[in-house]
Amino acid sequence: MADLYQLANLQKIYLDRTVVTIDSLSIQRGEFLAIVGPSGAGKSTLLRLLNFLEAPTSGHLTFDGQPVPSAPPLSLVRRVTTVFQRPALLSRSVRENVAFGLRLRGLHPDGAVTQALERVGLSGLGTVTATTLSGGEMQRVALARALVLNPDVLLLDEPTANLDPYNVNLIETLVREETSRRGTTIVFVTHNVFQARRLAHRVGLMLNGALIELAPTVDFFDSPRDPRTAAFINGEMVY
Amino acid sequence: MANFSSIVLLSLYVSGSALLIASLIGLPIGASLALKPPRAHKIIELIIYTGMGLPPVVVGLFVYMLISRSGPLGWLGWLFTPTAMIAAQVIIALPLVIGLTLTAVQSVDPQLRLQVRSLGASPAQVMRTILWEARLGVVAALLTAYGRLAAEVGAVMLVGGNIQSSTRVLTTSIVLETRQGNFELALALGGVLIVLTFMANFFLVRLSGQTRG
Repeated sequence: MADLYQLANLQKIYLDRTVVTIDSLSIQRGEFLAIVGPSGAGKSTLLRLLNFLEAPTSGHLTFDGQPVPSAPPLSLVRRVTTVFQRPALLSRSVRENVAFGLRLRGLHPDGAVTQALERVGLSGLGTVTATTLSGGEMQRVALARALVLNPDVLLLDEPTANLDPYNVNLIETLVREETSRRGTTIVFVTHNVFQARRLAHRVGLMLNGALIELAPTVDFFDSPRDPRTAAFINGEMVY
Repeated sequence: MANFSSIVLLSLYVSGSALLIASLIGLPIGASLALKPPRAHKIIELIIYTGMGLPPVVVGLFVYMLISRSGPLGWLGWLFTPTAMIAAQVIIALPLVIGLTLTAVQSVDPQLRLQVRSLGASPAQVMRTILWEARLGVVAALLTAYGRLAAEVGAVMLVGGNIQSSTRVLTTSIVLETRQGNFELALALGGVLIVLTFMANFFLVRLSGQTRG
């Protein structure tokens, strides 16, 4: 698989606090990469950098073989989208929420919206105001809104935190399908090491903004190289 | 009666035009300040919030000095015209529209802005979307501004001159009729003013209610 992202000596600093500092990271096209780590490790900031919503303070970020400019063009930003932990929905109908990204692109494909709603099991709720749904349903709307865009990269920032097992299973199935069917590159941030093990091709551990270890899933869990990885997996890390 | 209707129509024209102009300028400025605060945003916000409490009569005096024959804008020939009244009312309404829009947009979930950008919105699309999400607060801003303009008397009296069939509006008429002892007429004009304000509020609240959800 070819590299889609390349990060080298990348830093993100807010005021005088270094939030992300990554010496080297390559993310391959079609890969399912899970990033685990405690709260405040810089995982969400990394996703914002990968979505081009923020520019790195220093270092190199390359996407699809091209260096990413500090003010990336809309055409580049639109190849990537994020589903956040808290589904930030518009106070409009479920259908309008799912169609939102398409309309931003000047498209009006009702068929694609219907299909996306069917995929997430919300066909019957298209006309309901999205913000009145349950947490699990809202997250499924957020996922449908992202999937309908057919992005090259889908970034998921703890999308199943606080959800019941049914919704967790549904969302996991959908994102797994997305990689296998369309070859979508997925970067999945999670606290849940079991979930990372179930889904990812490779897993990385972030601590204090740095990528401590990155390895194929089996190696990451069965023979971690860094003692901090072993401590995190076994729930023995104090932070 | 013809004179009475012209007073009502002029009142609507002056306050409506001022609100429209203040909205066209103030909504994007308020939204921009909330979405992309400049470095000196604290000071700018302080100035705007101070402007929200500007005494209309002071604004009237300021505009009067600007457009009086010897003023820097005297060549415009606006003094004692409805245009001067609109200009003064725009200055009164603008800080209200900017400040209350700023507050309304700031109250929208910051994560929603990030999400909208992540879905591929351009800066203009982000602004439109967030303004729409903040529409109840924005409508409240417009209502507040219209209420202030409709009830305003000091500035329009100074720069308009309360000239019959030319710059006389409901509030200045009420002052005049009261001074002349025509209390019944003054009360009737006051009633009309309240009804007009009620109708404007009703219209805007209905509009925001229809677009909610």
